Amino acid sequence: MEDVIVVIGGGPAGMEAALSLAGRGHKVYIVEKTNALGGHLARWDRLFPQQDPAQDILNDMLNGIKNADDKIEVICNAQVQSVKKRMRGLEVMLSNQKMIQADAVLVCCGFELFRAERKEEYGYGIYDNVLTSADLEERFRQKKVLCADGRVPEKVAFVHCVGSRDEKVDHTYCSKVCCVTAVKQASEIKELYPQTEVFNLYMDLRMFDRYFEQMYHKAQSHYGVHFVRGRLSEVSETADGRLQIKTEDTLLGRPMKLTVDMLVLMVGMQACAQTEELSEKLDLKVSSSDHFFETKDLFLKGNYAHTKGIFLAGACTGPKSLPDTLQDARSAAESIHRYLTA
Amino acid sequence: MKDFGFGIKKSGVIDLDKADMSLLREIAAEEPSFLHCFYCGTCTATCSAGKYTGFNLRRLQLLIKRGQLDEVSERISECMLCGKCQWVCPKGVNTRHVVMLVNKKLHARKIC
Amino acid sequence: MKLEGKKLIWKDYQKEIPDDKYFYVRSCIRQNFFPSSEYHFLKIMREDLGKDVYETEHHTTCGGIGYHCDVIQLDTIMSIVARQFALMTEAGYKNYAVSCITSFGLYTEIIHTWQTFPEILEKTRRQLKEATGREFEIPEHVAHASDIIFKLRHEIAAKAKYKLINQKTGKPLKVVEHIGCHYAKMFPHKGVGGAEYPYVLAGMVEAWGGEVVDYPERRHCCGFGFRQYFVKSNRGYSLSNTHKKFESMEPFKPDMIITNCPGCPYFLDRWQYVIAESEGKTYGENGHGIPVFTYEEVAGLVMGYDPWDLGLQVHQIAVEPLLDKMGIPYAPEAKYKGLDGKDLGKPEFPQNICCC
Repeated sequence: MEDVIVVIGGGPAGMEAALSLAGRGHKVYIVEKTNALGGHLARWDRLFPQQDPAQDILNDMLNGIKNADDKIEVICNAQVQSVKKRMRGLEVMLSNQKMIQADAVLVCCGFELFRAERKEEYGYGIYDNVLTSADLEERFRQKKVLCADGRVPEKVAFVHCVGSRDEKVDHTYCSKVCCVTAVKQASEIKELYPQTEVFNLYMDLRMFDRYFEQMYHKAQSHYGVHFVRGRLSEVSETADGRLQIKTEDTLLGRPMKLTVDMLVLMVGMQACAQTEELSEKLDLKVSSSDHFFETKDLFLKGNYAHTKGIFLAGACTGPKSLPDTLQDARSAAESIHRYLTA
Repeated sequence: MKDFGFGIKKSGVIDLDKADMSLLREIAAEEPSFLHCFYCGTCTATCSAGKYTGFNLRRLQLLIKRGQLDEVSERISECMLCGKCQWVCPKGVNTRHVVMLVNKKLHARKIC
Repeated sequence: MKLEGKKLIWKDYQKEIPDDKYFYVRSCIRQNFFPSSEYHFLKIMREDLGKDVYETEHHTTCGGIGYHCDVIQLDTIMSIVARQFALMTEAGYKNYAVSCITSFGLYTEIIHTWQTFPEILEKTRRQLKEATGREFEIPEHVAHASDIIFKLRHEIAAKAKYKLINQKTGKPLKVVEHIGCHYAKMFPHKGVGGAEYPYVLAGMVEAWGGEVVDYPERRHCCGFGFRQYFVKSNRGYSLSNTHKKFESMEPFKPDMIITNCPGCPYFLDRWQYVIAESEGKTYGENGHGIPVFTYEEVAGLVMGYDPWDLGLQVHQIAVEPLLDKMGIPYAPEAKYKGLDGKDLGKPEFPQNICCC
């Protein structure tokens, strides 16, 4: 008899884990709360570090799932209502009243983007030309990044760490991917509009992964992006609808101000809204410091929840890049397989 | 005009809208490695002149990138052109060429 | 600018403001700076709106000036504040209305301290009892007087004789609103609309027909502060901050400024004169300055009180251009006459700024 695994969340982690598990002969149900698979990936244009089109990666995964339809069943517009422990395995009840007898549950509910409105002083939702990194990505997909009045922006500033490393919003952790995304997007603006001046306001540049430093180097030397070590204090609108921004150039030790046509807020990752609910239903532990799920340990049990039969993968256990998320998903599949065959 | 015994102070804020970015553009065009600096300060740590003067090559490069040319012109002549900075630079900035270019271009502007 | 975005933020900073039965405490300095503002607050509240507002001559300074100049320690200040609350308790009131922004900030800070550290509250109670024999209750509501006018802004609008509208063009007047730093920057949830986009004055401006100007240095200090002003040689710092604000609002061509702090209107008003006389620069139309008002003065103008009864002749920046725009009649010859018709004497007129 084949083992049954319920995967909660149909983003990259859930899809990749489902593919790995199906490849090992298990039956997988993906429970996705929206009407389609893909998660945040579906909204992105190109991916760091080598500008791969997000759609290509997503299509490969979707095709994989389609080809494995004897093993993977996708249930969209559904959420987990309850999970009960049974003699063998878990009884998972969905919001559409479907009941699944599962041998294991994998939680891949991912992350949410920080709501930029919470940094009131940055004026998101108030000033027309303040965008988030996700809004900008949407515009890249349209191949046009214009100001509210239709002009090509002459000056664009990127603000790193919006909703990350910030006690004021109770997010003291680093979201990991915003620095490199800012470098990517700054370079893409220069690709699109070589005459536009681009400024990146960072606290630290965390170019930790393969090819990241090269991207940064190219942004500086090839694209001429200005990197300013300093955090944005406040934004306001000038009489002609541009944005005055203030920071300190901490490497010069002097306050600095400049006027830009567009401001991009690099919004960080936060635990998704379902985290608390799922933690109650599935008896999962949530970290009091960053509010993401806790795993049994950070080494050999990095995909194990504290509850038997339940596993975790992807950005629901803390910010991760897409490559890291996919690896984590495969590693979770391996952990589940070992658990089921032990 | 009346003297009240106090007046409006000069702002210490760098106003990037009014900054003179021409030197940055000229130097980057002639010495592209100028753009590679990531402000680690190794140059300043090893600098012979900087130990006895206010010369700071890291800061100087940044001042050019922020268009603060007055302070650049005050400091540039303190470099002794020994080249140790180039020896230690992890980003391969041709620092001596940068200093030479700054001197030349500020002289051309008659502000040095 | 998307007003909807601001409204979403304002939603998060709603404050419960009673609309009646207040124990009112005056400011130390406003009666000198803007002699008729507090008078007209009481008059409008009591006579026009029929509210119960009580005040007593036994009220003293809250100690805020000493606190912010580092000359009185907090422990002593708490006893002073406790005494004011004892006066309120003895008079049978539970709602506390504060004229001064710094007092408001201080009361908020002290109540928060007492709520966080009950042992400090007990100590203050003991000290007050020992020193004066008095006992006190913490007010149920502490409102800045501008909160109350904000709350009653539509009632005032309903009785308004004039609007913040340029009578010649029919367009709303462009109004800079300036909020005292101690209003919400320390405790954003104690201010209407929060600290980043305060709504307390913006709401009045909207209700009375004007249009708020959101200019880049809107959040910046007016230049008053405390330490930087009281020492004369430091006043350049104060002046420079005010100058920065005016340079920033200039491109928006504001018709007027409305404020809710004792110090802000004073400095925004007087420093325009100093900037004009020392630098030759003016910010209003035709060599005038930009008129600066307290919210009580604006409420008074809207309700049709005589500009000179409102004390507008003691402003450094002439208010006549604004009165003309609003279509408010005034007697130029009565400007420097007291309430009893006696000549107050004319001030010396400046060189570089037009004073009508």
